[in-house]
Amino acid sequence: MRVRMNLEEIKSAIEAAVPGCRLQMAMNPSVSAQHSLVVEREHAVAVARYLRDDAGLRLDYCSNVTGVDWLDAETSEKVKVKRVVDGVEQEIEEVRKTRTPGYLEAVYHLYSMEKKHGPLVLRQRTENRGDGVAVASLTPVWRSAEFQEREVFDLYGIVFEGHPDLRRILMWDGFEDHPMRKDYVEPNDYEYEPTPHDAVIAKAAQARASEGR
Amino acid sequence: MTGCGKSRQGSSNFLESRADVTMDAELKDELSRQGIFTTTLEELYNWGRRSSVWPLTFGLACCAIEMIATSMARYDLARFGAEVFRPSPRQADLMIVAGTVTKKMAPQVVRLYNQMPEPKYVIAMGACAISGGPFKQGYNVLKGIDRYIPVDVHIPGCPPRPEALMDAFITLQKKISAQSLTGADRPRYLHADEPSEFPVPEYGAHDLEPPKNVKLWNIIYKKANEARGAGEDESGRD
Repeated sequence: MRVRMNLEEIKSAIEAAVPGCRLQMAMNPSVSAQHSLVVEREHAVAVARYLRDDAGLRLDYCSNVTGVDWLDAETSEKVKVKRVVDGVEQEIEEVRKTRTPGYLEAVYHLYSMEKKHGPLVLRQRTENRGDGVAVASLTPVWRSAEFQEREVFDLYGIVFEGHPDLRRILMWDGFEDHPMRKDYVEPNDYEYEPTPHDAVIAKAAQARASEGR
Repeated sequence: MTGCGKSRQGSSNFLESRADVTMDAELKDELSRQGIFTTTLEELYNWGRRSSVWPLTFGLACCAIEMIATSMARYDLARFGAEVFRPSPRQADLMIVAGTVTKKMAPQVVRLYNQMPEPKYVIAMGACAISGGPFKQGYNVLKGIDRYIPVDVHIPGCPPRPEALMDAFITLQKKISAQSLTGADRPRYLHADEPSEFPVPEYGAHDLEPPKNVKLWNIIYKKANEARGAGEDESGRD
C-alpha cells in the first residue's frame, strides 16, 4: 500500500517540523513514478526521527539501504529563446547543455509495520565522488541500517557519520578499492582462458601480454 | 585385482625392495582360486587408502547441499567407504571444495589443506571451484581453487548432481589404486623434497598476494596446452 499522504505533503510536513530543513524532490519519470526525497546531511537524522515517530507516518522499518554512483553527467535540452536577429525579434531554438557533477548517493527504503504502508524513498547525496565523502548515518534511528550502511561504505566508500561500527563488511580490512564504484578497476586474472568471450577476450589478451606470452 | 608388481630400478630402501617382488597375474589368479591370497604391500596400502577416504566437512555454497545429499541414504557415499565426514582437517584425507571460493575465503581454504595430513586429495566440485563459474567476472571470486592447491579431480556442473560427485570419487579411487610407492612417478607426498604445504595467500590492497601459486599454475597451464596440442607458445613460461 502506498503511503497515504503524497510526497509533497510529507515534504512540507517535514519542513514545518524540522526547523531550517529544505528537502528536495527527486522525481522518477518512469511508469512506476516512485519519487523520493533528498535530505541534506545536517538534517538527515532529525528528518529520519520525524518520519519514524510522526503519528501519521510511523515509518518504523528501514528495509533496505543501498548506494548509487552517479558519474558526471551532461544533459542537453532544447529551449526556445527570444532573440533579436537582424533587428527583428525571433524565437530561436537553442540547445542548452547542463553539466551535473557526479556524486554518491545512499538510498533508504522505509516502510511502516504499524500502518502497513510504504515504501518511502529517502536519499542522501555527497558533494562529490572523492574519497572519504560523508553522509549522516541513520543507524541511530533504524538499527536495521547498521550492516547495510557498512556494506555501502565498503562497496562505494561513503562514510556514514555517527555510525557505531563503521568497518568493511564484505571485503577484507586493508582492501583499498570500492568495487561497486563505476571507476573500479578489477585485478586482471584472466591469464588462462580456454574459451574467451565478449569482454573477456580483451581482458585475456591484456593478461597474456602482461605475462609476456 | 590386476597390475600387481611392476619392475623397478634402483632399489635402496625397504619399501622399494619389497615392491620389487613381482608375480605372474595368472599364478596369482590360480592361487586365489585355491584359497591363497597373495598381494603386494603397494596393493594392500592403496586398497586401504582408497577404501576409507575420509572427506573434510567443508561446504562453501550450494554445491555443499549436493555433497550432503551424496552422503545421505539415497545416494549413500558410504558404499565407497567415504561416509565419515571429519570436522577436523587433521583427521581428513580428502577436501571436497564444494562451492564458490571467494577471495576472502581462499587463504582459509589453503590453510585447511595445509593442516591435512598426507596423503591428501582434493576434488574441486562445481563450476565455481574449478574456474569461478558464473561469478568469474566478479571482483571477489577466485577463478579456480587450483590457483593455490593441487586438485586431483575437477567436476563441472552448477551444481553437479550427486552422481557426478560419486563419479569424481570413483575417479579418485582409481587414481589412488594406480599410485606406486616407489619410482620416479610416485606421488608428491612420497618425494621428501616436494612440499606438503602450499603458501597461504595474503590479503593485499587490491587482490590476494600472490594472485596465484605460479609453480602450480605453470603445471596446469602446461597440461592444458598439451591437451590442446599447442606446445608452441610454451617457450615463454618457466
